[in-house]
Amino acid sequence: MIKVENLSKSFGPKRAVDGISFEVGKGEVLGFLGPNGAGKSTTMRMITGFIPPSSGTVSVCGLDVLEHPIEVKRRIGYLPEAAPSYTDMSVLSFLKFAAAMRGLRGEGRRGAIRRVVELCHLESVLGQTIDTLSKGFRHRTCLAQALIHDPEVLILDEPTDGLDPNQKHEVRTLIRRMGESKAIIFSTHILEEVEAACTRAIIIDRGRIVANGTPQELKARSTSGRLEDFFRSITRSDIVAEAAA
Amino acid sequence: MMTHWAAISTVARRELAAYFESPVAYVFLVIFLLLAGFFTFTFGGFFERGEASLAAFFNWLPWLFLFLVPAAGMRLWSEERRLGTIELLLTMPVAAWQAILGKFLASWLFLVIALALTFPIVVTANWLGDPDNGVIASGYVGAALLAGTYLAISCMTSALTRNQVIAFILAVVLCLLLILVGFSPLTDLLARWASPWLVEAVTKFSVLVHYDGFQKGVLDLRDLLYFLSVMAFTLLATGVVIRNHRAG
Repeated sequence: MIKVENLSKSFGPKRAVDGISFEVGKGEVLGFLGPNGAGKSTTMRMITGFIPPSSGTVSVCGLDVLEHPIEVKRRIGYLPEAAPSYTDMSVLSFLKFAAAMRGLRGEGRRGAIRRVVELCHLESVLGQTIDTLSKGFRHRTCLAQALIHDPEVLILDEPTDGLDPNQKHEVRTLIRRMGESKAIIFSTHILEEVEAACTRAIIIDRGRIVANGTPQELKARSTSGRLEDFFRSITRSDIVAEAAA
Repeated sequence: MMTHWAAISTVARRELAAYFESPVAYVFLVIFLLLAGFFTFTFGGFFERGEASLAAFFNWLPWLFLFLVPAAGMRLWSEERRLGTIELLLTMPVAAWQAILGKFLASWLFLVIALALTFPIVVTANWLGDPDNGVIASGYVGAALLAGTYLAISCMTSALTRNQVIAFILAVVLCLLLILVGFSPLTDLLARWASPWLVEAVTKFSVLVHYDGFQKGVLDLRDLLYFLSVMAFTLLATGVVIRNHRAG
């Protein structure tokens, strides 16, 4: 459902993403791993059509992102990094807006809002201004926005960032459950999350894919059998990278 | 399938609601009406003119709008950039031009509402005398177009930065420039050494010259085209700014 070919992005002289290719099919949950600044968010922004690639192609459900941007955006639910939202709005009016933008009207809209409010546990804060909410609630409000049109493809940039352990567990379970019928990419720093929710993981470092496989395969490639050790053996921390430069 | 208009109006309705959901709208309206009243009745010499017209009100409007319109428009895109919601908005199934137009139209409607709330001045003039209401109507059309032009400029400067203060100052400077090229104390100065055709060419770019036509009750297509083309140009520029920002 998602096909990325030779995707690259340069910001001036800096190559943020350097020739990445991968595919995600229906029923797959792809974990996107990598150190900070590896190019995870940039890749996701190119898939969602927020920024254009410098070269390479992205297609979603067989549609090229650059040629059919609106059609592609219609099929994707996207949770950007740091989960932005219109903080002056109430949760309900924000979700109403998101639903209207997705072309939902009347009973369809009411049903969609009811569904995501239940999924993301927002019943208690519906009338509250987003400004006044805790980080966990803000995060789930933005997640609810991404799910409102029940998209075929979900792109989630650090969906568990800033959540407490219980909420993290809940979101992971949600991702795994939705993954049965959708194609999902999510990025994370937390390696145990990959084991808990992914069918496959990609590790990227300095804009390139350095590993691609099931969590079990990746673990097996480390001498200690731990994902963390494998991760550390193939990626460089930014401190080391800077010293080398 | 969402039509163009459905997308534009959804963006516009959220934007208009955003004005009224925060105290910004009410503060703006109160300040605008207070200042408009003050300029009209005190500075403008509404009663001393000895004529029933809104000239006292309309003459001050380009200067009042110079500060108030950029204040109303400065948050349009800079706030989206500061909050990061621009990423949310532009990954929803809406084209950038639809979002730009939707936001612009919502703010313009807000300014037109503010203008409409100055109706007591019209009522006063009609009560005291017998003004030409056709001229007043055309004056309001000119005022709405002037507000739209300043607003489109503010929209562009707002897309340039995530800082609202910078967006505001840039917009005021640009709008002031559009006033000054037709402000007679300055053009008289220019006329002392420049050839008349140059003075005239420069003056043609001024909002004041085109605004004055409407205040005299003269509906000239060229004046209308001037305002609409400045709006179209700055809104297109907004699109370019947003595209470049995303392209990195």
